[in-house]
Amino acid sequence: MNAPATPKFAAYVCSGCGIGDKLDVGALEKIAQKEGKMALVKSHDFLCSAAGVQMIRDDIANDGVTHLCIAACSRRAKAEAFSFPEAAVSRANLREGVIWVVAEGADHDEVRQEMAEDYVRMGCAEVKKMKVPAGNVKEASSKRILVVGGGMSGMTAALAAAEAGYEAVLVEKSGALGGFANKLWKRVPFASPYQEAQPVGAAELAAQVSAHAKIKVLLNSTVAETSGAPGRFAVKIAQESGSVSEEVCGAIVQATGFTPYDIAKLPELGGGQPNVVDQAGLEALARAADGGPIKRVDGKEIQSVVFVQCAGQRDATGRHLAYCSGHCCATSVKQATYFKDRNPEIETVVVYQDLRLPGMGEDFYRSAQDKGVVFTKGKASRVTGGDGCQVDFKDLILNEDASIGADLVVLATGQVPNAGVNLDEWDATVTAAESGDEAAKAKKIELQKISVLNLNYRQGPDMPQFKYGFADSHFICFPYETRRTGVYAAGPVRRPMDMLQATEDATGAALKAIQAVENAARGRAAHPRVGDLSYPIVRLEGCTQCKRCTVECPFGAIDEDEKRFPKFNEERCRRCGTCMGACPVRVISFENYSVDTVGSQIKAVNIPDEFEEKPRILILACENDAYPALDMAGIQRLSYSAFVRAIPVRCLGSVNTIWITDALNSGYDGVMMMGCKKGDNYQCHFVRGSEMAFYRMSKIDDTLKQLGLEPERVQTLEVAITDNTLVAKLINDYAEQINQMGLSPMKGFG
Amino acid sequence: MAKKEYAFYPGCSSQSKASASNYLTSVNAMCDKLDVTITEIPDWNCCGASIGYAEGGELPRLALSARNFALAETHLPGKEMVATCAACWLAQREVKERLDGSEQLLKETNEALAAAGLKYQGTTPVRHMVEVLIEDLGYDALKQPVVKPLEGIKFAGYVGCQTNRPFGIAGESFENPVYLDKLVETVGGEAVPYDQKVTCCGGALAFSEPDKSQKQIRDIVESAYDHGAEMIVTPCPLCQANVEIYQSEINKKQGTKFSMPVLYYSQLMTIAYGGSAKEAGLDGQLIKATRLEEIAKK
Amino acid sequence: MTTAMKYRNDFLGEVEKNVEEGHWVRMCMQCGVCAGSCPLGNAWAHPPQELFMMIRAGKREEVLSSDSMWMCTSCYNCIVRCPRKLPITHIMHGLANYAHRLGLAPKGQPTRETATLFWNNLIKKGRVNELTFSLALYFKDGFVQGIKNALNMQAVGLGLVKAKRLNPMELLGGHGVKDQAGFKAMIEKARQIEDRKKGFAK
Repeated sequence: MNAPATPKFAAYVCSGCGIGDKLDVGALEKIAQKEGKMALVKSHDFLCSAAGVQMIRDDIANDGVTHLCIAACSRRAKAEAFSFPEAAVSRANLREGVIWVVAEGADHDEVRQEMAEDYVRMGCAEVKKMKVPAGNVKEASSKRILVVGGGMSGMTAALAAAEAGYEAVLVEKSGALGGFANKLWKRVPFASPYQEAQPVGAAELAAQVSAHAKIKVLLNSTVAETSGAPGRFAVKIAQESGSVSEEVCGAIVQATGFTPYDIAKLPELGGGQPNVVDQAGLEALARAADGGPIKRVDGKEIQSVVFVQCAGQRDATGRHLAYCSGHCCATSVKQATYFKDRNPEIETVVVYQDLRLPGMGEDFYRSAQDKGVVFTKGKASRVTGGDGCQVDFKDLILNEDASIGADLVVLATGQVPNAGVNLDEWDATVTAAESGDEAAKAKKIELQKISVLNLNYRQGPDMPQFKYGFADSHFICFPYETRRTGVYAAGPVRRPMDMLQATEDATGAALKAIQAVENAARGRAAHPRVGDLSYPIVRLEGCTQCKRCTVECPFGAIDEDEKRFPKFNEERCRRCGTCMGACPVRVISFENYSVDTVGSQIKAVNIPDEFEEKPRILILACENDAYPALDMAGIQRLSYSAFVRAIPVRCLGSVNTIWITDALNSGYDGVMMMGCKKGDNYQCHFVRGSEMAFYRMSKIDDTLKQLGLEPERVQTLEVAITDNTLVAKLINDYAEQINQMGLSPMKGFG
Repeated sequence: MAKKEYAFYPGCSSQSKASASNYLTSVNAMCDKLDVTITEIPDWNCCGASIGYAEGGELPRLALSARNFALAETHLPGKEMVATCAACWLAQREVKERLDGSEQLLKETNEALAAAGLKYQGTTPVRHMVEVLIEDLGYDALKQPVVKPLEGIKFAGYVGCQTNRPFGIAGESFENPVYLDKLVETVGGEAVPYDQKVTCCGGALAFSEPDKSQKQIRDIVESAYDHGAEMIVTPCPLCQANVEIYQSEINKKQGTKFSMPVLYYSQLMTIAYGGSAKEAGLDGQLIKATRLEEIAKK
Repeated sequence: MTTAMKYRNDFLGEVEKNVEEGHWVRMCMQCGVCAGSCPLGNAWAHPPQELFMMIRAGKREEVLSSDSMWMCTSCYNCIVRCPRKLPITHIMHGLANYAHRLGLAPKGQPTRETATLFWNNLIKKGRVNELTFSLALYFKDGFVQGIKNALNMQAVGLGLVKAKRLNPMELLGGHGVKDQAGFKAMIEKARQIEDRKKGFAK
C-alpha cells in the first residue's frame, strides 16, 4: 500500500444522535482546528449516513486527506461506515463517552463540554502519531497443515484440512494410524437411537486418510524440531530408522491424545492384582474374544463383572487425578453391554458415584439398564483381585457398607494428556543447567525426549500447559487456541473427552489452522485482532537486551538472535502490545498503536489548575472488556463523573509505566487501569496481560512515593464486559475518593 | 348444538344414599341444563378403587374395569363412557391403557370375562365429566346457561390427585392445573390462588392412617382459609368426603375452628344455572354452603 | 457387611417376573425425585428410590416385610415427576400385593387390613357397601374397640345419614350387581390365572 508522501489531517465532528443538542459543536470544530492543528475540519448532522461517509471519502480521494479524526460515537459503533483502510483513523467518543454518561441538566453543561473538547484534542493528538499499517504480505507462505498424532483426532483433522483443499502432513509415532481407537472392541454410539455399541471405524478412517491425495502420512515418526512461525514452520521429522527429513508447513495441529491413568498407582483398588483391569484391559479381553464369550487371562469365562467408576479420578487427596475424564461412564456402559449382549445372564454391576453421560449418553445408559446392567450408587473403598475378586464399597443410597464378588473387576481410570514438557519444569531445568548443574543438564535431555513439538522457541519446547497438565486452551473465548500462534491442540490432549468430542474438536482445530495459514499469508494477525495488519516494530539500536519482552510475551513470539537481541516473529504475534508495555526503554511500537499514540493523548488533555477544583482522572481501559463495559454504561444512560478521560488500550499488558508517570507528572489526580479477570480462571484475551499489568503496578508505589503522591492515585481494577453497572460505580466511587484525598499537588508542573 | 349422549358410569359413591349422592344429584341437574344425556351403564360394578390392589392384585382388578367396558360396549354401543368419580375414571383409563398395550393381559382378562359371558373389545373411550364439559362443550357453552352468577364468592379450586395425575386433563399442567379455576370463573365466582391445589388428601389412607391423612387435610383447608377462600370446590368424591367430613375431627383433636363447605363443580353450575338447592344436592352438605343456598333462593 | 452374593439379580428377577410393573425397577436412575414428591414421604422407612436399590441389592426379606409401600396414597405424584417415567405408584401397589399374597407383609398393617376389607366388601356384591365397609373397619380390632371407634365417629355418621349420604338400610342388603353369579365367576377366574402366573399357593 502506498501512503501519500505528505500527510494531511482532517477532523469530522458529528452533531447527530443528540451530540449537537448537548454540545457546542462549533467550539469543538475550533478546538480541532486551533489546538488539534487539523488542516480540514468539518461537521455533519448525520456523519455515518451515506452522505456523511461520502463526504469523507471525497476528501480522501480529492483533497489528499491521509489522517482523520472522527468525533462522533464510540470506536465500537459504526465501525463499518467509518472504515477507511487507506487512511489512519482515530475516534473521539462524544456519544457513549460524553453525552450519554454525563448527568443531564444545565448544571453539567460546562463539564460536559470540557469533556468533549478533551476527547477531540485526544483524537487529534492520537491520529497525528498514527501510521497506516502497511502489512507484511508473505508471498512464499506455506499453507500446508502438519498434524502431530495419528489417532482419531489427528486423522480427522488431517482429513478435514485436506477436504477443505489444504495439503496435510500426518506424523504418527507408531507404525500404524488409529491411535487409542485401535485398542477398542467397539465404540459408544454417536447417533440416534444411541442404544448399541458401534464398530470403531478407526481402520476405515485410516484407509481414507492414507488414500487421500492431499495427505502425506509419516509413520514411525516424531517431531525432532520445530522452528519458524505461522506460514513458515520448518519441522524436522525423525524416522525410527534414524533418518531426519524436513517438512515446511503453515500451521500445526497437535492431536497427541492421552494415556490411561496408570492402574498400578491404585493398589487399594486392586491395581496390579490378577483379574483387575482398566478399561483398556477390558477392551483387550473383548478383542481377544472377538465376539465370543469374554474370558479372563487365565482362560476362565467371565460370569460376573463389576465396573468401578472414578477409579483414581475426582480425587480430593491429591494423590490421583483431581478431575473427571468425562468419557469413562459411557465407556463402562458400553463395556457392560459387551457382556449383556453376549449373555444376559452375566452379572454386570456398575458402581458409580455420579453417572455422567454427556450428550445423548443418557439414552445409552437407559439402554444398558434395559439390558439388565445393574447400576449401584456407591464409592468403592477396596478391590481384591484373584480368582474370586471382591469390591467393597459404601452404598450411597442405602447408606451401608456392602461388597460384591465378581470374576473380573474393571477400573475406570481416566485420561492423562500426552502434552509433552511442562514449561515451568523446563525453565527451572534450563536455568540450573546453564549454571552448570550436571543433573539438570541430563534432565534437560530427558525432557527434550518427551517433548512433542520440540519448538526451538525462547519460551520452551512445547505449548504451555493448562490445568492438570492438559495442553493450552483459551477455554472461555477460543477453545482451540493456544498461546503458540498457529499451533492448535485438539482432542484429549486439550481436555478430557470422548471420541465423538475429539473428532469434533479436530475439525474445529483444522479450521483454525486454515485461518492461521491464510492470515499468515496475508500478513495479518490471528485472533483476537483478526485482520490487524500492524505488527511490532523495534528500534534495536535503543535496546538494552533486558529480555523483558522475550520473557513476557504471552505467545512466545519473540526469540533472541545470536547477539541476544530480541527477534520478533511477527506471524506468531497477536498484537496485544505486552512487549510494548514491558519495554523500559520504549523502543517497541506498532504503526497505529505506540507509546506516542497513547502518550500524546494523555498530554493533550487540558488540566485545569488546582483552583478550579476540577480533577482529571485517566482511565486506561482494555478494548476487549472494560471499554465495551464503559460504552454499555453509556447505552444504558448510567451517569458517571465527567472528570474522567478514557483511553482504550489493546490489553492492559500493553500499558507502559511511562504513561502513568507522565499522567501524574502533568497533573492528573488519579489513574484507573481497567483490565480483565486474571488468575487461573482468566478472561484476558491475551491470557496474561491483565496479570502482567497488576504485577507491574504493584511496583509503581516507589515511583509514586518519589513524586510525593499517595499510592491510591493509581488503581488497577478487574472489569468484565458485563460490568457496565459496576464500571460506573467504580468511577463515581473513585472520583469521590479523589475528592476526599484532595487534588494532585503536581498541577502546574507538567 | 347436537345433543350429547354418553354411557354413564356413576360409581359406588354416587349411588343413592351413598357418600357422593349429592354429586350425582347435581350432575343430573347440570346435565339437564346443558342438554347432555347420560345413560347409566346397566349392571356396572365397582372399579376396585385405588385401595383394591392389595388383595385384588392385577388381573382381578383388570377384570373389574374390563367388565364395565364390556357392558357399555354391549348395551350402549358407540357411546363414550363418562365417569364422574376420579378413581372410577382413573381405573377405567388405566385398565384400558394396560389392555390395549398388552396382548397377554388382554387374553387373560377376556378369559376371566368369558366366565361372565362378556368380552372386552377396546372400542369405548372413557372420559371424565370435566373433559366432557370443557372439551366437548367448551367454556363458552358452559357460560351461556348462567342466570345466577356466583358473584362475590371466593372458591379454592381443589383439583387433588386423581383427575390430575397421572393422566390429567389434556393441556393442563400437573403442578398447576387451571381448568377448575376457569370453571369457577365461568359461573361467575372468584378462584383464589392457593398453594395446596393438587395436594393429596390422603385418599383411602384416611381410614387406615387417620393422623397422616388429617395432616394433609388440615394443610389444604388452612391454605384455603389463608388465601381468603369461603368454599372449596373439587371434582373428586373422595377429596370431597375427606376434606369435608374430617374438618370436625381435626377441630376436635387440634382445636381448629374449620367450617369450610366443600362442593362439587356440578353443584356450583347447577346453582348458577338457576337450579334449586335440592337439585344441586346442597342438602347433602355436612358443612352447609349457606351463601349458595341464598343465591338459589333468589 | 452384606455378603458377596448380594447385588446378584435373583430378587430383581423375581420382582420383574411376579410384581405388577416390576420390570421397570431396573430403569430407576436413583435421582430421588419420587421420595421428595410423596405426600407421606416422611412416613416411608424406605422411599421408592431406596426400595428399588434394595431390590437390586437382593434384599428380599427387608423389602417384602417393609411397611413403606403401604404408605402409598395413590396420589400419582411420583409417576408424573419421575424423569425415567417409571410407573412408581403401580410398582408400589404391586410390591404391596406381592408381599401381602406371600404372607410377608407386616401383620396388622392398617392399610393392608383396610385394603383387604375393602376388596372383600366389593367382591361380595360387585359394588362397595359403604356402611358395612365402615363397620367392618371399626370392628377389625375386636368388638370393644369397634364400639369405641363407632362412637368416636358417631357424629359424622349421623351427619351423613341426615345428609342422605349414608344409608342404615344398607345393612339389610344394599347395592350390588344383578349378575352375581357371572361377576363372581369372573373374579374367581381372574384370581385363578393370577395365582397360577405368579406362583401364589392356593
